[in-house]
Amino acid sequence: MDAPMEYGPEQFAAIIAADEKIEPRDWMPDGYRKTVIRQMAQHAHSEVIGMQPEANWITRAPTLLRKMILIAKVQDEAGHGLYLYSATETLGVSRDELQNLLHIGKQKYSSIFNYPTLSWADMGAIGWLVDGAAIVNQIVLQGTSYGPYSRAMVKICKEESFHARQGYSIMMALAQGSEEQKAMCQDALDRWWWPALMMFGPHDADSSHTEESMAWKVKRKTNDELRQMFIDQTVPQAHYLGMTIPDPDLAFDEETGHWSIGEIDWDEFWATVKGNGRLNRERIAHKVKAWDDGKWVRDAATAYAAKHAHELDESALVKNV
Amino acid sequence: MSYDVPVAPGDKPQDISFGGGTDHGFPLWEVFVRAKRGLNHTHVGSVHAPDAETAIQNARDSYTRRAEGVSVWVVPSTEIIASDDADSMFSPFEHVPYRHPTFYEIPEEVGQL
Repeated sequence: MDAPMEYGPEQFAAIIAADEKIEPRDWMPDGYRKTVIRQMAQHAHSEVIGMQPEANWITRAPTLLRKMILIAKVQDEAGHGLYLYSATETLGVSRDELQNLLHIGKQKYSSIFNYPTLSWADMGAIGWLVDGAAIVNQIVLQGTSYGPYSRAMVKICKEESFHARQGYSIMMALAQGSEEQKAMCQDALDRWWWPALMMFGPHDADSSHTEESMAWKVKRKTNDELRQMFIDQTVPQAHYLGMTIPDPDLAFDEETGHWSIGEIDWDEFWATVKGNGRLNRERIAHKVKAWDDGKWVRDAATAYAAKHAHELDESALVKNV
Repeated sequence: MSYDVPVAPGDKPQDISFGGGTDHGFPLWEVFVRAKRGLNHTHVGSVHAPDAETAIQNARDSYTRRAEGVSVWVVPSTEIIASDDADSMFSPFEHVPYRHPTFYEIPEEVGQL
């Protein structure tokens, strides 16, 4: 057996080649560290901002059960954000720093959350399509090369399945309901279909990060590969509901066994990424306000902890005497 | 997919340097969960909290919403002492094969051993 490999580029490359995981204290290229921090942080931000469109409907859920389910789902999104921040912090970045980058707009979140939730059916469409798209991505990301990110994905994937299924269950209830309810279901599909496809990002040829991220095994499949997986699994589900996918060019290719789609509106995509989507400003303003409004709670908790620690010190002192 | 938010054509990718900021927030605690009786507590992640009691509550809410555990430990992250994984403490082990049962050839007729 050779002597243990020194920590450095050689060992890093060997770990990646062997499909093993990079752990926080390993040597890693600066670019790898930055890429992983950026991706995990933006993933965490997405989970946190993603609470807003759904929290919008908690008070108006049609039944008490649907309300409890929605609360549990929104709580899960907060939890997913926390797992991911926790994973990001293993690389020596502070939670404060990450949140500040979100608040000042230097780091972003998935553009999907800049679309409004206009009807109850949107709760169905989000669970089914948005979480469905997220699952396709996250299942593959379980194989990402950074250990803490991979472990967070494993835990998140276990919980996401509930999200997608409760969403589809909402859509099924509407699809089997009155004409108005069927129309709501179709309307939600019409509005969320294309944004859900855009969640996978630009075509591979136009993707700035893909090549390097694939080489480092941070990313395991390309945007277009993941998008196709999602389309193939989702089109039959829409048909089962008796709904129409809002794409006149949608066709099943007998030769490849895949569904092919029309062209995505990339102008809309880039406008949203650049901050000109329907709700970009509102989402961040709401996030900042929630943080500011919670300041008195954090201050009180800190003061209580300090006072309590002081009391503990005093009682220890008494015992020692 | 793009949780890794793409850079728009014409925009420059943000070059952000990390690790320079100070954390003014609550201290960080490492969380360990015992999945069920008979198993060890296992590290699952971390939470922020002002004190131990709140850290336990946050850990419960963050990591055991679906009966993933029956017991939780929290430890201030600063109190964890880690090995230096880069030194030779863990490898190679090939020079001590006699520590493994397969090192010894035992005739079949000896039976279960």
